[in-house]
Amino acid sequence: MKKLNYPFTHEQVKDLKVGDMVLITGKLFTGRDAVHKRLHDGVKPPVDLTNQIIYHCGPVILQDKKTKVYKVTAAGPTTSIREEPYQADVMKDYGIVGVIGKGGMGPKTLKGCKDYGCVYFHAIGGAAQVLAEKIDSVDAVHWLDLGSPEAIWELSVTDFPVVVTMDAHGNSLHADVQASSEAALKKALE
Amino acid sequence: MAIKKKTNKKVLKSAKKPALKVAAKKSALNKKVVAKKITKKAPAKISKSAPKPDVSIISSLIELIKNTSAVLPDDVQKVILEALEREEKNTTAEYAMNIIKANIELAKKKSQPLCQDTGTVLFYISHPVGFDQIKFTSLIHKAVVKSTELGYLRQNSVDSLTGENSGMNVGPGHPSIHYHQHNKKLVEIRLMLKGGGCENVGAQYSLPHTPLDAGRDLDGVRKVILDAVFRAQGRGCGPGVLGICIGADRGAGYIESKEQLLRRLDDTNSVPELAILEKEIVETSNKLGIGPMGFGGKTTLLGCKIGVLNRLPASFFVSISYMCWAYRRQGIELGEKNQIKKWLY
Repeated sequence: MKKLNYPFTHEQVKDLKVGDMVLITGKLFTGRDAVHKRLHDGVKPPVDLTNQIIYHCGPVILQDKKTKVYKVTAAGPTTSIREEPYQADVMKDYGIVGVIGKGGMGPKTLKGCKDYGCVYFHAIGGAAQVLAEKIDSVDAVHWLDLGSPEAIWELSVTDFPVVVTMDAHGNSLHADVQASSEAALKKALE
Repeated sequence: MAIKKKTNKKVLKSAKKPALKVAAKKSALNKKVVAKKITKKAPAKISKSAPKPDVSIISSLIELIKNTSAVLPDDVQKVILEALEREEKNTTAEYAMNIIKANIELAKKKSQPLCQDTGTVLFYISHPVGFDQIKFTSLIHKAVVKSTELGYLRQNSVDSLTGENSGMNVGPGHPSIHYHQHNKKLVEIRLMLKGGGCENVGAQYSLPHTPLDAGRDLDGVRKVILDAVFRAQGRGCGPGVLGICIGADRGAGYIESKEQLLRRLDDTNSVPELAILEKEIVETSNKLGIGPMGFGGKTTLLGCKIGVLNRLPASFFVSISYMCWAYRRQGIELGEKNQIKKWLY
């Protein structure tokens, strides 16, 4: 088990390799479809994303009516491949060190990881409660006009569990499993 | 289609038993005590004033939604634990299955959604003749809105043209409600919460399917199912369960494929050749090595359920719905007073 602690740097994530199980401690910014589209359209992000991690997640958030404090009640990853058209450009334009999501991403993002020193972390899809437990606080929310699941939620996390499935050196576990399962499928269909 | 549109405007129930007035269950969490009291016998025909919302049904529905969202049924938990045992130690596959196991336990303990994507809210209601579907639909809507406010459901319903989120989970097509009339007197309500990730990897094939050399027979069906499993990789939050319909038109095929997911995982298909195929699909899929989350590993599928409907001579569809490991389905039978009489899974 490896650890990745805030503040994150490109040097740190370049040391990570496909298959590494990593516990992340620090800050995460949620961002999914609408956020990526808006960033890609050139709208300036409401916060500086340099050296930050974007988490593909649409959390269930409740706000305490009296104290106005936000609480995350469920926060697992959402499918990342939908951000494939945008992700590499978001890496380039905003200087992020990595993204967390599920299901993996395609060749364009893999190239982006290599070119801009980024890593793709795979969280466990559906594990909303285990992952919500790792969130210590909701520190801010931006672009709430996109709707709660689509907004940018700024989260502080401790020991957030992920697996590196695409690294900064051009390796992708998803491409490997795709290839080996394709060979197995061919055999099964013979 | 199996869905009956016939409705009966008369509230037959009120004629059968005294009208009940049940105080609203303000919070299913803990805050207020549920106060049930029978106030007075209402005359049988009070249809002039609109019938009051049946708070007892609503609270039963909220309880069903809460439970479905937070607790996996036993048959699903069992196969997940078996999958965990199967994976090799210190692999990412075992790591994933361990987190899944911990998540199931934590969600149950906290009575919170297992997965933040509380999915398409799919209701399947079996009811007797004379059941008022219009009224029941409005009660379901109320229960869904309340459950969303309480955080059992995420704000998950988006206008497809404007992108606007109603914040209530009610709108055209949402929730998805399927009524079936049956000859029994009881009302059974089944609920499935099916997330978007797994819905996106569903597939429909038209046989013959030349690229796979899949013809119009069970071997062809097998080929396209395995192809769908391969194409899904880990993107549907595997290990998953397949619901499949052979035949029908495109629309009815997908509906039936989801209804197959209402079957218990440990049941046996009554059609012997389909029982064999269901088993074989699981075994072969697990040899593809896609594994939990697509990390590689020994469990790719937890189950496979196949149904058959008639088709046109010109058509041969195989419709496949993929359900993620967070296989949230539950059901209740309503009692005399519309309380939960029995859980169905």
